[in-house]
Amino acid sequence: MAVVRLRGPLKQLAGDQSEHAFEASTVGELLSVLERSHPAMDGWILDERGMIRRHINVFVNGEMGEQDTAVGPDDRVDILPAISGG
Amino acid sequence: MTELIVGTRKGLFVLEGEPGEAFEVATRAFPGETVDYAMRDGRSDRILATTTSPIYGPKVWYTDDPAGEWEQAEGVALPEGGDAALQRIWVIAPGAADGTLYAGGDPGVLFESRDGGTNWELNRGLWEEPSRDRWQPGGGGLCLHSIVTWPGDPDRLAVAISAAGVWLSEDGGATWRTGNEGLVPRYLPEDTPPDEVGLCVHRIHRSAARPERLFMQFHGGVYRSDDAGQSWNDIGAGLPSDFGFPLALDPADPDSAYVIPLTADVDRVTPDNRVRVFETRDAGASWTARGDGLPQEHAYLTILREAFDWTGEGEGLELYFGATSGDVFGSGDAGATWSTTASRLPPVLSVAATP
Repeated sequence: MAVVRLRGPLKQLAGDQSEHAFEASTVGELLSVLERSHPAMDGWILDERGMIRRHINVFVNGEMGEQDTAVGPDDRVDILPAISGG
Repeated sequence: MTELIVGTRKGLFVLEGEPGEAFEVATRAFPGETVDYAMRDGRSDRILATTTSPIYGPKVWYTDDPAGEWEQAEGVALPEGGDAALQRIWVIAPGAADGTLYAGGDPGVLFESRDGGTNWELNRGLWEEPSRDRWQPGGGGLCLHSIVTWPGDPDRLAVAISAAGVWLSEDGGATWRTGNEGLVPRYLPEDTPPDEVGLCVHRIHRSAARPERLFMQFHGGVYRSDDAGQSWNDIGAGLPSDFGFPLALDPADPDSAYVIPLTADVDRVTPDNRVRVFETRDAGASWTARGDGLPQEHAYLTILREAFDWTGEGEGLELYFGATSGDVFGSGDAGATWSTTASRLPPVLSVAATP
């Protein structure tokens, strides 16, 4: 299963646990499963369209990923807020 | 004691103090986050706040103790799988029915809560309004920023959207019709069709003493309606500028209104480099500048639409407004004199006063 790593408020919303393992074939699917597994996180990473929010960065094994990036059972996916805002 | 709940670019501030004096910061919540709007529902004493994180999106929160834990409200989202996402919640207003609250947001959407703000539901009538594809966002987005209710008539609603005009409902929001008659959008061609909905309303409020009377700050004009928002008459003559965002009313006097003009849409600071609130006591026939105690030299302030509120009435009317400079000003004598209520806050987005 792919492992998702969370920090900050997302970690808190996910039961204060940073690592979560799920089976999924793409980043988008993985994040959807993650939000469904932790209802308090609903809408925090994916918007109503199911799109990754603009200022959320996703890294797959250290490389920037996107909605359709493939993930496999040995992949590590980090969810990080972008360096943005003011 | 008066309480001000102030939404800012960097958190929520609860200020407490006496009219005419500097207020103390009693609480700061949501440090670092943009708090677009916050208010206390006087019926339940619950405080509601809306935040927009550039990272995690818009949320609505509630608490009975602003210094304690805040709960995230449920249901503040657009239908899943569609082609639109909620951008921001601009305002929350109590409904006429017990426990009912309304929230307005971008993209031109209305939510309703029947349990004091814990759970919310999208108003489908407005969401599915057939003209929606012609609605245009204003400078702040496609924001539903004003919600008017009528005591004793919970099915009657008026909302205003920038830039999609005024919408009226007599069936609790199931169906909507426009209320734009008489508005003159000088930023559109003169031969614009009469059913044009691209009207940039900046703020509306209803008179408490005469329920069918509303006042409006428009994107170029100040207007009054005497038929519950169906038609409007320009009452802006005598003001230094017809541009501005907020307005306030005296609940005891249906002929009163207060506006804070800005120089122009291309120069959104107080005119003549000084800060003045303009008051009418004759329903807009004339306006009087009120600046005693406000900055009168080299003052270039911007006061946003949700950043002007009041409590009390008549001679005891208290008025408070905040600026993006981080200053909050107040009057405890219906605008005759003013003083600095708070300063050096982050840019102020909203002010809500409760006695």
